[in-house]
Amino acid sequence: MTEEIIIAGFGGQGVLSMGKIIAYSGIMQDQEVSWMPSYGPEMRGGTANVTVIVSDNKVSSPLLNEYDTAIILNQQSMDKFEETVKPGGVLLYDPNGISKNPTRKDIKIYKITATAEATGMGNPKIFNMIVLGGYLKIKPILKMENVIKGLKKSLPERHHHLIPLNEKAITKGLELVKET
Amino acid sequence: MTEIKLMKGNEAVAEAAILAGADGYFGYPITPQSEVLEYFMIEKPHERTGMVILQAESEVAAINMVYGGAAAGKKVMTSSSSPGVSLKQEGLSYIAGAELPCLIVNVQRGGPGLGTIQPSQSDYFQSVKGGGHGDYKLIVLAPSSVQEMADFVSLGFDLAFKYRNPVMILSDGVIGQMMEKVEFKPQQKRLTEEEIMKKCPWATTGKTPDRERNIITSLELVSEKQELHNIKLQKKYKKMIDTEVLFEKFDCDDAEYLIVAFGSSARICSKAVKTLRENGVKVGLLRPITLFPFPTEEINKLADQVKGILSVEMNAGQMVEDIRLAVNGKVKVEHFGRMGGVIAMPNEVVEALNNKLIGG
Repeated sequence: MTEEIIIAGFGGQGVLSMGKIIAYSGIMQDQEVSWMPSYGPEMRGGTANVTVIVSDNKVSSPLLNEYDTAIILNQQSMDKFEETVKPGGVLLYDPNGISKNPTRKDIKIYKITATAEATGMGNPKIFNMIVLGGYLKIKPILKMENVIKGLKKSLPERHHHLIPLNEKAITKGLELVKET
Repeated sequence: MTEIKLMKGNEAVAEAAILAGADGYFGYPITPQSEVLEYFMIEKPHERTGMVILQAESEVAAINMVYGGAAAGKKVMTSSSSPGVSLKQEGLSYIAGAELPCLIVNVQRGGPGLGTIQPSQSDYFQSVKGGGHGDYKLIVLAPSSVQEMADFVSLGFDLAFKYRNPVMILSDGVIGQMMEKVEFKPQQKRLTEEEIMKKCPWATTGKTPDRERNIITSLELVSEKQELHNIKLQKKYKKMIDTEVLFEKFDCDDAEYLIVAFGSSARICSKAVKTLRENGVKVGLLRPITLFPFPTEEINKLADQVKGILSVEMNAGQMVEDIRLAVNGKVKVEHFGRMGGVIAMPNEVVEALNNKLIGG
């Protein structure tokens, strides 16, 4: 199994940390991983994105021109990455901030109303964990127990009291995702 | 077994240096390698091992602090990115002339000049052909993973002390900024003053009753003596060529075409090789790990077997010259590269091999 993912959105949406949690969770189940962020001026140009690869084998290129899954969290990222999903691949997006819906016919497209749900749950910061839950519903590549271990590893200890909340958000995401 | 961590290449370098028992790091922040200094500041190695970390007032100051520390027989290092490494070249020439061991990490970005902060491999010439003035060489290690960023720190220090010569880890923004699994070797002890005096009898540790004071300099005003010094240095570089070449080969056994790439480009090419193989093209990949000494002999051997060689680098064509020298006209050698901080993608490599070698 090799899963090649691009996660793209605005800086501050938790794009990079979501990727980090996926990568750490992969390590927790003995898989090979790589995490390659956009950095510097690229990050300040409207999108922050990260390429995450989880594989049973050694990861070849940490940078890719096409992906199994694109997780899209703003319009700029939709414009940039919709075309890069492999035929038959997955595109998951939050409709908040998307003005033009994706149009590809040869890929599976899913919608997750994570922004609305996070606001409803009273904590916009757990938005990215709701999205992660949605992703894991579509591609159950990581076991929940390993995701929790991954969370523990990537969160500094002073934030460990937030793990139950994050877990709740992931569970919410598992329920929310809808095929369009 | 130590714990497996998820870390950036830059952070792995810093952690590996503490664990290698390094005595000092002197540096100045510059993207995309600032995490090296940041990690040191957060980790406070002074409390862990006594290692000294200092943010110098400039790159020039940093390399000269390395010069001073190395002269005292200490395990010292610096890191920077392309424009910063240019500033260090005078110091490097002096250190090479004075035959001192040290480690320099270059996390390359696009140039020339201040250029971009995105990844590049355009400092190949500067790293392997001297960089500063005079006939000198660095041992240049090109990591292609975060694990190698960590491993090459202790390897680099070992080679530096073995040859009393500066060693460079030539990385780039991809390897510096990406996170991968990494496992570290156990903590090595820093050497005591007595151990340094024993292991480094040349070091400026003070005059003892049984010997004269040590003088470390790169200045020799008598040309004939300077020539002898140069001859000695060249013998040392020849020994490196004979004994220290490192490379990795993938899918080369039945290869009809060969890609040669180092560092992050090699990772991108390994994906391209997979795609090409799926399409029935018999292609192999050779990844030089040491850029100096260069795997000349191995490439020459492979040139007898393949119909063409493609050099893939994030520059306008630098390593391709060393490949052509190695091949000595036996087969066609082409170059494919992106510049200025643009990263060649796997599909572009596939296209380049098809256009430049198979179709061309």
